[in-house]
Amino acid sequence: MANHSIAHNVYVPYLEKKGILSWLLSTDHKRIGIMYLVSISFFFLVAGVIALLMRLELLTPAADFVQPHTYNVLFTLHGSLMVFFFVVPGLAASFGNFLIPLMIGAPDVAFPKLNLGSYWIYLLGTLIVLLALMKPADTGWTYYTPYSATTDTDVVLITLGVFVLGFSSILTGLNFIVTIHKMRAPGMTWHRLPLFIWASYATAVLQLLATPVVGITLLLLIAERTLGVGFFDPAKGGDPILFQNFFWFYSHPAVYIMIIPAMGVISEIIPVFARKPIFGYKAIAYSSLGIAFISFLVWAHHMFTSGISSLAATIFSFLTFLVAIPTAIKVFNWTATLYKGSIHLHSSMLYALGFIFLFTIGGLTGLFLGALAADIHLHDTYFVVAHMHYVMIGGTVMGFFGALHFWYPKWFGKMFNEMVAKIAWFLVFVGFNVTFFPQFFLGVQGMPRRYATYPAEFESLMSLSTYGSWILGLGVLIMTVNLIAGLFNGEKAPQNPYNSLSLEWQVPSPPPHENFDEIPHVTDWTYGYGKKKEPEA
Amino acid sequence: MTWIPEVASNLATKVDGVLWVITLMSLVFFVLITVLLVYFAIKYRRRREDEETPYITGNEPLEIIWTVIPSILLILLFIYGFVVFKDMKTPPEDALEVSVLGKQWLWTFEYYNGKKTLNELYVQQNRPVRMVMRADDVLHSFFVPAFRVKQDLVPGRYTQLWFTPTKIGTFDIFCAEYCGTGHSAMLGKVIVLSPEAYGIWEKGIEVDDGGAVAGLPPAELGEKIYKEKGCNACHSIDGTTLVGPTFKGIWGREEEMQDGSTVTVDENYIRESILEPQTQVVKGYQPVMPSFKGILSDDDITALIAYMKTLN
Ligand code: HEM
Ligand SMILES: [Cu+2]
Repeated sequence: MANHSIAHNVYVPYLEKKGILSWLLSTDHKRIGIMYLVSISFFFLVAGVIALLMRLELLTPAADFVQPHTYNVLFTLHGSLMVFFFVVPGLAASFGNFLIPLMIGAPDVAFPKLNLGSYWIYLLGTLIVLLALMKPADTGWTYYTPYSATTDTDVVLITLGVFVLGFSSILTGLNFIVTIHKMRAPGMTWHRLPLFIWASYATAVLQLLATPVVGITLLLLIAERTLGVGFFDPAKGGDPILFQNFFWFYSHPAVYIMIIPAMGVISEIIPVFARKPIFGYKAIAYSSLGIAFISFLVWAHHMFTSGISSLAATIFSFLTFLVAIPTAIKVFNWTATLYKGSIHLHSSMLYALGFIFLFTIGGLTGLFLGALAADIHLHDTYFVVAHMHYVMIGGTVMGFFGALHFWYPKWFGKMFNEMVAKIAWFLVFVGFNVTFFPQFFLGVQGMPRRYATYPAEFESLMSLSTYGSWILGLGVLIMTVNLIAGLFNGEKAPQNPYNSLSLEWQVPSPPPHENFDEIPHVTDWTYGYGKKKEPEA
Repeated sequence: MTWIPEVASNLATKVDGVLWVITLMSLVFFVLITVLLVYFAIKYRRRREDEETPYITGNEPLEIIWTVIPSILLILLFIYGFVVFKDMKTPPEDALEVSVLGKQWLWTFEYYNGKKTLNELYVQQNRPVRMVMRADDVLHSFFVPAFRVKQDLVPGRYTQLWFTPTKIGTFDIFCAEYCGTGHSAMLGKVIVLSPEAYGIWEKGIEVDDGGAVAGLPPAELGEKIYKEKGCNACHSIDGTTLVGPTFKGIWGREEEMQDGSTVTVDENYIRESILEPQTQVVKGYQPVMPSFKGILSDDDITALIAYMKTLN
């Protein structure tokens, strides 16, 4: 790879300018990335605290901490915030923004002002949802009709907020697609791209194509509530199941909007800390696109018990199993990359290994839900809650934490305390499993989800799960404190602390305003670890 | 600890077959991945900063193998799941029909002979039952873990489900599709009777665990009815407000109605509220209570009134 040492001696890091307006009006992709990072982390923590409150209520069978209605409001908020405010924008908007131009050798994204606009739209969406808190909805984050059309809580504002967020997602996706097509540095061919870029590309396509569907669905729901249109009301000739079809036509691909970027992160971390080229580069790259494509064809696997025809259920079950194949291939590739490596267990590597372990459980338990007969029994039980969290926390959140620790020196030019980071990782990993693994058994035994109170026979496993959530919460708290403390007390970060070969590490930490003094010329792919050292250009 | 709920229907055994096969297959892959991860992470731990690593970018035969084998296994799993699903979706011709109405937040069962029960489904051992289901208000889902059956109830259309209970006993019915405030209180029981007992029940004599019910003092009988017929889903006895007004201190209370009038709670008011709940709705509540006409007898209501008097 070319040498990008700074030719000019006027290095001005992008963090230099101070003042709130210098942030809110900045079109620098790195600053916008930070604003997203702060916003989504905030919602993650809020929704996490709500989750702890929910688990506290579930410590005992009776409704002794909050009343059922309050519990229902809590899980609606928890699910909505986690999904629409944290994981969907998540890695794509924060790390995607920060990394895409740096990794492909570009000074910024293709449309910097649009990028800033996307962030403002995100803010607008969050403001609307704040208003919605005056009479918070109790529908669950899926807003299924007819309940969502009839409850007297405020469904309109929260769905309007999510609708607005959708635009932010669409515009970000559009921006990234154009950026990756048009802004790659000379020599950065498609097959030399870092896998995080491939993942971001697949995600962007999903954002662009799938998000409008949820937008339209939510508009229809708002019309149903405010104007009484009757799309979903059988009394007016509508169909309640139609809503589910629409909703999952978006929300299933959305699961991949959440997870594919995390897969990209893992594909970056593992080669660096194993000093090996990623195993099966093309298989990983193309399987992201494959997953993105098939994910449009499996939505009805959320509806096997809804009353759809048996033929439809059968077809969707088959397609669901197809999507498992590219996913399995990725897991095998990551594992194989470790073979004969020189493995350094940096905290971000621990998160990456945790990802593989937990995501494998998430993926394998997905097979239970894809198999028709088994899904009938497990659907809408705690098995689904466990599966979903293994995929979302075990996958996306582990990827997110891994990314935070990995690129932290580059973002902020500081180092965090590695020892504390490892302790936090351990607590997160153990706490997570204690919280969610018992839920697989609960589900098999028939404990339905979204229950504020539950029969006494489930108490021991339910309280075990609650104890786990305390360990997990403690782990996240320590991690957060550690990362924030690093900003103030951390040592200065070197340019390339892990000897990574990808472009973002070839500029100073934190990077200067326009990233590169000179647009780099790329002569090799990003994963040439383990080769006999080439003479530097 | 039990891994799996009781096996109490013909379908349960079949579904468990699918569950076990997937469990075993998942375990194989899970153990394989975990062992490799841990083994590699330990064996190839970095010892010196300048360690040499080989330049391996892939291995075609290996990649083909690990694509093809899982693909075949997945297709087999799909087929197995489908075959059992087909059985679950094909009720036998001679199945006894029960019609089910799901409503926030209770279950009503109507039998071929005009009998009607609330939150309690009576069926006969080894006799297939087909449930024809509908919902009045929002989605619900009829779920009996011991039978491994689940089906949503959808307003505006009929859905169905069938099973043959194989074990005498009482089994939980859960509502598995979120349906609002009382969702987790929307519970019921399936009572599987021996053919003889079912015959007696069919002819109209209540078989109420031991039959000592008639001998209970009225207030105790009332408490039993309060719990079993699902009043507790909406009315608390400790003062908390659920979907309906609490029963605590209800006797003699002044209630303000939706139309602004006030009523003092007495025997007639309670009776009318149970049989014609829509005529007098307390201010601040929705008119969601179903009528218990044909479900509670006058004796039952008398017992309930006696019970409510004890809550002051
Ligand atoms: C601190 C860790 C977390 C805990 C303890 C936790 C706990 C819970 C609990 C108790 C429920 C309700 C289950 C039910 O009754 O159906 C739930 C639902 C849910 N959680 Fe989490 N959660 C956590 C993190 C997350 C994360 C990180 C995500 C997404 C990235 C997430 C997404 C969801 C979703 C989508 C639901 C479904 C909401 C619904 O049922 O409407 N959770 N969670
Ligand atoms: Cu229900």
